[in-house]
Amino acid sequence: MSDWPLLSLATFLPLVGAGFIFLFAQGGDAAADRNAKLVALMTTVLTFLVSLVIWANFDNGTADFQFVESHAWLGGDINYHMGVDGISMLFVVLTAFLMPICILASWTSITMRVREYMIAFLLLECMMIGVFCALDFVLFYLFFEGGLIPMFLIIGVWGGARRVYSSFKFFLYTLLGSVLLLLALIFMYFEAGTTDIPTLMAHGFTAEAQTWLWLAFFASFAVKMPMWPVHTWLPDAHVEAPTAGSVILAGVLLKMGGYGFLRFSLPMLPLASDLFVPLIFTLSVVAVIYTSLVALMQEDMKKLIAYSSVAHMGFVTIGIFTFNTQGIEGGIFQMLSHGIVSAALFLCVGVIYDRIHSRDIARYGGLVNRMPIYAFAFMVFMLASVGLPGTAGFVGEILILVGVYQVNTWVAALAALGVILGAAYMLWLYRRTVFGQLEKDDLKQITDMDAREIAVFAPLIVLAILMGIFPGPFLDVMHVSVDHLIQQYQTAIQAAADGATQLAANHSAAQ
Amino acid sequence: MYHAIVFLPLIAFLIVGSLGRVLGDRPSQWITCGAVITSAVLSLVAFWQVALGGQPVKVEVASWIVSGTFDVSWALRIDQLTAVMLVVVNGVSALVHVYSVGYMSHDPHKPRFMAYLSLFTFAMLMLITADNFLQMFFGWEGVGLASYLLIGFWHHKPSANAAAIKAFLVNRIGDFGFALGIMAIFMVFGSLDFDTVFAATPDQVGKTFHFLSWEWDVMTTICILLFIGAMGKSAQVPLHTWLPDAMEGPTPVSALIHAATMVTAGVFLVARCSPMFEFSTTALMVVTIVGASTAFFAATVGLVQNDIKRVIAYSTCSQLGYMFFALGVGAYKVAIFHLFTHAFFKALLFLGSGSVIHAMSDEQDMRRMGGIYKYIPQTYVMMWIGSLALAGLPIFAGFYSKDAILESAFAAHTGAGQFAFWLGMAAAVMTAFYSWRLLFMTFHGEPRASQEVMSHVHESPWSMLVPLYFLAAGSILSGILFNHYFVGDGHEAFWGQAIFLGPDNNIMEAFHHVPAWVKWAPIVAGVVGIAVAWKFYIRRPDIPASLAKLHHELYLFLLNKWYFDELFDLTLVNPAKWLGRLLWKGGDGRIIDGFGPDGLSAMVLRVARRASALQSGYLYHYAFAMLIGVAVLVTLFYTSSGGGH
Repeated sequence: MSDWPLLSLATFLPLVGAGFIFLFAQGGDAAADRNAKLVALMTTVLTFLVSLVIWANFDNGTADFQFVESHAWLGGDINYHMGVDGISMLFVVLTAFLMPICILASWTSITMRVREYMIAFLLLECMMIGVFCALDFVLFYLFFEGGLIPMFLIIGVWGGARRVYSSFKFFLYTLLGSVLLLLALIFMYFEAGTTDIPTLMAHGFTAEAQTWLWLAFFASFAVKMPMWPVHTWLPDAHVEAPTAGSVILAGVLLKMGGYGFLRFSLPMLPLASDLFVPLIFTLSVVAVIYTSLVALMQEDMKKLIAYSSVAHMGFVTIGIFTFNTQGIEGGIFQMLSHGIVSAALFLCVGVIYDRIHSRDIARYGGLVNRMPIYAFAFMVFMLASVGLPGTAGFVGEILILVGVYQVNTWVAALAALGVILGAAYMLWLYRRTVFGQLEKDDLKQITDMDAREIAVFAPLIVLAILMGIFPGPFLDVMHVSVDHLIQQYQTAIQAAADGATQLAANHSAAQ
Repeated sequence: MYHAIVFLPLIAFLIVGSLGRVLGDRPSQWITCGAVITSAVLSLVAFWQVALGGQPVKVEVASWIVSGTFDVSWALRIDQLTAVMLVVVNGVSALVHVYSVGYMSHDPHKPRFMAYLSLFTFAMLMLITADNFLQMFFGWEGVGLASYLLIGFWHHKPSANAAAIKAFLVNRIGDFGFALGIMAIFMVFGSLDFDTVFAATPDQVGKTFHFLSWEWDVMTTICILLFIGAMGKSAQVPLHTWLPDAMEGPTPVSALIHAATMVTAGVFLVARCSPMFEFSTTALMVVTIVGASTAFFAATVGLVQNDIKRVIAYSTCSQLGYMFFALGVGAYKVAIFHLFTHAFFKALLFLGSGSVIHAMSDEQDMRRMGGIYKYIPQTYVMMWIGSLALAGLPIFAGFYSKDAILESAFAAHTGAGQFAFWLGMAAAVMTAFYSWRLLFMTFHGEPRASQEVMSHVHESPWSMLVPLYFLAAGSILSGILFNHYFVGDGHEAFWGQAIFLGPDNNIMEAFHHVPAWVKWAPIVAGVVGIAVAWKFYIRRPDIPASLAKLHHELYLFLLNKWYFDELFDLTLVNPAKWLGRLLWKGGDGRIIDGFGPDGLSAMVLRVARRASALQSGYLYHYAFAMLIGVAVLVTLFYTSSGGGH
């Protein structure tokens, strides 16, 4: 089984599904729509099963890339090179896990151009899984940027009232970063003569080149993350995106920035990463506090959760740039848990949006009286978002805080302050929507979640709690790869320091 | 057995929480009560084996978080301190479970209520059986969650919702300190296990570390950070504001969570960390001063409150202050003794007042009560017993523990100790006064309730009275029976290694040898308080009103709880909202978007219009702007890296 090209299978299976829909679900009538949905659901479930096979066969004991596939492609220098390690593997599983949920969540809420919608989602899945598997920079870049197009279309075609403004803002923000990423890619190719990622990791760029390359990477990853102050596309994109679009945006697309830092910036540019720690810490702490305060005052549910995502991603960047085990593992774990929890929160908004067609917090209140199951599901994710111990949100947060405390106590203290604010805006949101008297007339007729919605939420609830109580299986995957990453980094820093002392010694000897 | 003690309530919660609707009211009550009563009985066995038998136990359950050297497990640690807490928590919890069957009989959501109570019990058990700081934090936040859910149980009431959120958030401020303390402990000791940390503590004495740009003493900093957590959970000034509001929850909740168990978690934390606090006199001094101030402050506010539950809530706050200054002078064992006795009489007072409220058709304002002792004689007697124990009159439980606290403070012979002693004495007079004010206003005098309410006044059902009898027995006997073990001659054998006392700490001996007047003073204080209350509310009921008029400002100051809430709104809540709005509209809207994407597109649009009228359309403009930007950056990049070659 492990001889199979599992990664390619996971990546391109959705493409096959999309082609299938394109060719056979013709006609535009209800039957065609239904077939398109069924094909999409089956494809995504199958892809998820493949990703589970990958996890089952994954060896936790090595930092090497596994399931490697390498074929010549585009001449000699650029190869079709795929592989995963302990850092990327779980993101593949996360993506494949969220997709069937997205398809199910769109089952009834999308009525226009269903076929195209499903094709766009399957294309998106192909691109996202590709990003986490690619071991060639050009391949990575293709997947990384290719993912923009279906997402742009999902927001622009199936979005809300201001969808055009939002989709353009989203597209241009991310494109700006990508252009610089492309420049960095070209520079690296000329410098190292290859675009192979493992080779580039070992290349050792000069300190000055690292600085420039780092800034170019940063421009791209910071926008994706998103870090303050280039985060303003996110609330708009979320507000206008259809529910499933928000789920993917929060669940997977935001993780690409963090993944980029871990895959490129840290191992390839260790000196520059070290140099820019103060910048990252400052921006992240500002993000945590600033966006938490802004979230407190939001009147739109999706905007509030979008801002909370920025704050949570601030934690992730803090964790990654601590360069210690707890920080980085916490950062990866936080990305995974945020992928589950924020995705679920957007689904929660989707449930009531489908019924009342409003995202306005003031429009709701007292939902618990009519929707106890919904209230329970929302409560679980609200608490996980707040980082209550025993939920997925806590493990990442505490590891990051413990990690950064060893590096910089100010950052730890200020980030911990963000935790208080995080509790404030989430509890307040919950109180205003779910608790209270049921006063509005149309809410008095609102129905609780149906079987399909329960099926969507059940696995998310289980995961949100399981990851909090037994995070072991998830953390075990990372240990060796993260240790390897830190070792690489420390060796590079040490070598540079030795070089500097050597230089100084030579200098003084010459005098 | 230890697994059963901790996990039975969890299982009950899971069953009733998920299937409560299907099961119905009765089975839900049977399951939760059954589980917690079983757990309580087993706790008595554990107390017998561990505390009286002197055999601490440790049970590994599972691994939790492992990341590099950060290695934390789920484990149960049952030593003497835990055993005492097990009896308190499971004992009171079982009684409250049974009481709730009667008290909540008219509520439509009985299964949910019972499930929450069991969830709370489980979280509290996790807290007290924790073997490391992180698991303790798990329980700590878990009880916070249960408290949030139960305060806001009647979620249709806006005041209940507000109180629930306030409780959670104020506690989070405390948790902020606790969490930082945990991080500091991990950095200094490289572990979060109690045994490892406590064993390494003496090596850290006198050392300093870097925290927030300054050098600090390691032990003092860690202890104070932990104590900030304790202040939040145990409602010490200035993080006390959530506790009186928490009375919005149903009364059984107030008895269990906000009197007997959860609020004492802070006291437990400090006692558990005695091997650390013993090495920081500064931290202990802070604990003493905060505790004494709270004891005094809360007592003054309790003098003038009119809501029966709020009076008892402030009394709880004040008694917690006593426990803290006992901890502060190094008398950990005395503090836990008071925690133990207090759990009985305060739960009794709360459940008794619940019985009153039940009888008065959900009336809580004492100004609309009075003259009902004839109708609910059993409740009346119970309230007397509770008050006598609270005031610390001889034979009753409070007499032993509270006197010991005041004597320890006096025997400490430190400035902070004297401060605590005198404030504690003043608070003792006030405690007796407001307790009897409560009794007189509620049960004596002319009935001030409406005819309709008065005609419905009735004694509570047996499910409510039986728990009261149990607690009354505890309020009378727990002092006499356990004085010897907790603080008397048997204290060293009883506590074993569970509580650490530094080599210079001989407070457990010294407080037995204070001057005679110190021993008598608390009793005199109690009697004086009762006499004044009698004078004010039975003999000359016109005095309180005229006093309030004479010292109007003072009265308002006390009635408004020293204006703490207003202060926090003014300095924290409103600025946060203002800042949030400013950053959103100004920061994100005007500055980032204004100069970023929106500004850019507007500018490009203008430039493009002027340059040519050939093309128009959004994408073109944007791409154009971007191209310029990229060109500038490329130029910069090549000129600078070109210089390097």
